[in-house]
Amino acid sequence: MPVCLAVPGKIIRIDGEMAEVEIGGIRREASLSLIQREGLKEGEYVLIHTGFAIAKIDEGEARSILETWREILAAERAD
Amino acid sequence: MFVGFRDRDLVRRAASEVAKRAGSRGFRIMHVCGTHEWSITHFGLREMLPANVKVVAGPGCPVCVTPGAEIDAVAELAARRKAVVTTFGDVLRVPGARSSLAEAKAAGGDVRVVYSVSDAVQMARAEPEKEFVHFSIGFETTAPMSAVELIKGPPKNFSIYSSHKLIPPAMEFLLGSGAGIDGFICPGHVSTIIGARAYEPIASKYGKPMVISGFEPLDVISGILNIVTQVVSGRAAVDNEYTRAVRAEGNEIAMGAISKVFEPCDSFWRGIGTIRGSGMRVRGTYREHDARARHGVEGGGDEGMPEGCGCGDVLLGRMEPEGCPLFGKACTPARPVGPCMVSSEGTCAIAFKYRKVR
Ligand code: SF4
Repeated sequence: MPVCLAVPGKIIRIDGEMAEVEIGGIRREASLSLIQREGLKEGEYVLIHTGFAIAKIDEGEARSILETWREILAAERAD
Repeated sequence: MFVGFRDRDLVRRAASEVAKRAGSRGFRIMHVCGTHEWSITHFGLREMLPANVKVVAGPGCPVCVTPGAEIDAVAELAARRKAVVTTFGDVLRVPGARSSLAEAKAAGGDVRVVYSVSDAVQMARAEPEKEFVHFSIGFETTAPMSAVELIKGPPKNFSIYSSHKLIPPAMEFLLGSGAGIDGFICPGHVSTIIGARAYEPIASKYGKPMVISGFEPLDVISGILNIVTQVVSGRAAVDNEYTRAVRAEGNEIAMGAISKVFEPCDSFWRGIGTIRGSGMRVRGTYREHDARARHGVEGGGDEGMPEGCGCGDVLLGRMEPEGCPLFGKACTPARPVGPCMVSSEGTCAIAFKYRKVR
């Protein structure tokens, strides 16, 4: 396991400071002690690094970046 | 959800935009993250970019820059049966100046690979009659976990040997050493912790764009495009292209844990030298859990770089792995000579694995 790699995991269940997360189809335990737990919901994505969630992933941000690029491409193809 | 970031059409479109905006000027863009190097090589992004836009890997592999003498110090604790040593898998085979942890293990030392520092703490709790030393390496991404465990209060027989390093001082060092870098792709995961703002003093002091990027192909190309655009328009700002995970202020809980447990110190980077204020030393308040103090082992300084290994130049982005005479001959992942060939984040290991694709 590379030291610096972090991967997105989907929150399946939150249990206090711990959460069950799904990473590429595999379920694992992850600690939530390094992130803001208030407002964190099941179904959301977090970045997991060596067993700890280090950041919440903002799906809206991800979507808007992709949309921008898709629009550029679509506009060009329409030309 | 994130597969769109690998959409070949979008990635190609972004790459062609890089070519358009770069014109004929030469660019040298550096990243400092093993995962970026993996992504760039794995997805063949260098081949998509115009020849005048070069992307080079800097010292982004924490295992590679850990001094040989520190590996020796920890390996010796295990080999002399003074402690059970826990660490991450990538560290095991890295040669120290005298020995590796794998050799210490073969010699009967108790060396265990863990996924998380928490696993190491649990082992120490379950076996109170043994001393446990966690070889704690990595940048700002990995330090908060060890910090949190020390704050929570591990058992008495647990300590960490901190080889943690800070990335921004290394970037400053590189910019100050005249390496001819036009801009940095800032490491995405480190940035989730330290925040986008952390790079601002460097960007303004050296007048170089610093762009935070994620790890999918579109993320990386967007980061490169941002840097190229900034350079041609005379800007040198910190831009965040990884807004889905990185905030300006970073992860304040993690930063709080780091500064509670660690204090900055000068630190030796293997193959590079001492970089001021780039290390993380355990504070006196946590001395009981500081393996350096507890077991009287220091091990700074001596890098013990193997003979003929060009890792120093590779880590500074001065030489491509293929430029090393040992690459793929005396030095392969199966029989690595230098640290850059051992870790899966090492530039030489990545280059070797994907060289047939190239
Ligand atoms: S190929 Fe091997 S010896 Fe050469 S620089 Fe890379 S790790 Fe060092």
